Amino acid sequence: MDFLRPARWEEALAAKAEHPTAVPIAGGTDVMVEINFDHRRPEYLLDLNRIGELSEWEVGQENVRLGACVPYSHIMEHLRAELPGLALASHTVASPQIRNRGGVGGNLGTASPAGDAHPALLAAGAEVEAESVRGTRMIPIDAFYTGVKRNALAPDELIRAVHIKKADGPQQYSKVGTRNAMVIAVCAFGLALHPETRTVRTGIGSAAPTPVRAKEAEEFLNAALEEGGFWDSRTIITPSIAKQFADLAAGACNPIDDVRGTASYRRHAVGIMARRTLGWTWESYRGNGRSTEGAA
Amino acid sequence: MRVNFTVNGRRYEADDVWEGESLLYVLRERMGLPGSKNACEQGECGSCTVRLDGVPVCSCLVAAGQVEGREVVTVEGLADFAARRSQAHPGRGHLPHAERSGGGCASGACGTALDKARQWEAEPAGEETRDTGELSPIQQAFIDAGAVQCGFCTPGLLVAADELLERNPEPSDADIREALSGNLCRCTGYEKILDAVRLAAARAEETV
Repeated sequence: MDFLRPARWEEALAAKAEHPTAVPIAGGTDVMVEINFDHRRPEYLLDLNRIGELSEWEVGQENVRLGACVPYSHIMEHLRAELPGLALASHTVASPQIRNRGGVGGNLGTASPAGDAHPALLAAGAEVEAESVRGTRMIPIDAFYTGVKRNALAPDELIRAVHIKKADGPQQYSKVGTRNAMVIAVCAFGLALHPETRTVRTGIGSAAPTPVRAKEAEEFLNAALEEGGFWDSRTIITPSIAKQFADLAAGACNPIDDVRGTASYRRHAVGIMARRTLGWTWESYRGNGRSTEGAA
Repeated sequence: MRVNFTVNGRRYEADDVWEGESLLYVLRERMGLPGSKNACEQGECGSCTVRLDGVPVCSCLVAAGQVEGREVVTVEGLADFAARRSQAHPGRGHLPHAERSGGGCASGACGTALDKARQWEAEPAGEETRDTGELSPIQQAFIDAGAVQCGFCTPGLLVAADELLERNPEPSDADIREALSGNLCRCTGYEKILDAVRLAAARAEETV
């Protein structure tokens, strides 16, 4: 095994081009587990910790450009206003020790269907900034997850940053697990209201081979909210609408039975989380809702 | 490969480190610092918690090569670390890394040799720590509150709890639970552990 320690981003790209099998390591919270358990013996480890810019973020007009290695603890602490859904999701990641190391770039690189950040990214709307010596491309988050632990990156590409839409309305995140800390999601759900475009976006975690949006549920809800004039009246969403939304969200799942839960439980729980997160965010939108503090 | 870094204020140089090796392995097996415990090797249990440039992390998930040029504090250096912190900032506050001095070690022979570590007995700190056997306030509080049972989780909890009190001298119970949520105690002695952290916080407040 070789340990590659690029000091600058350009060097990292050159190293990845020269050794496409090199495994990038940032927080190490996925990669080191695999190495410790002898599940993986990469030829090259490509350490990204020395590249300072990867741990920085910029808040722009429309987006937050989040460096691939910004740890979850910083997202929770500094980006709660701009990225409330992702901040809530970050808070559900493992433990303080893990949140101090792990970040969204690693979550995307691993592309586990259970990755905590994915539902929040899908709901907020995001693009992955992937780069190689050949150039930079922006991959829409919807097109990024291609299979179980597979993503749209080419072998010579690295994730430099994620561009996430700044919240223009309330966002929520919900995760089912046996306890609050150190839990891999049984399933998870992210929801973002976008009052500027009068749309609702969702993200489902751990209930399909990849993180997915509940697109039919979104389309139904967008039409129902428009038709009922809810965005203007800010009245309570009719229970039948919320139920239909929840049923459609459950229908968007394609889960499996595994040690953490059964497929039918996951479908059921996603429906419940869809209804609850819609209720919480809508109450916030109406002006009397719970805050995003610790609501996960 | 060779890795140079600072542990508990001293410069270390580790040779022939395997590229896939964890910081935890280097600490325990190459530097003779067995305080950080090896249990789950997947970041679940927190018993290997150390400070990396001041930040609490699971040392089993840090690749050895990633600590090149960085500063690590383990439970062996906690008393010294706490003493320097209180000297630099009586009361509270974070100790900037630059204020910690580093001794020289070119050979990698400093620290505790492996055979010596194997003969280590549970007595007040001996020569492997630079202090005079004094404990850090959080260590003393763990003893006084009866927060140590089998002791395996204790080093990680001490490092995590010490960092909590450094950051938040008057933590609520929820703050304590959150800060220690990544540290498992299979003796299930959590209540006493919470007592110990409250005790350390209360004592610190008295002395301010």
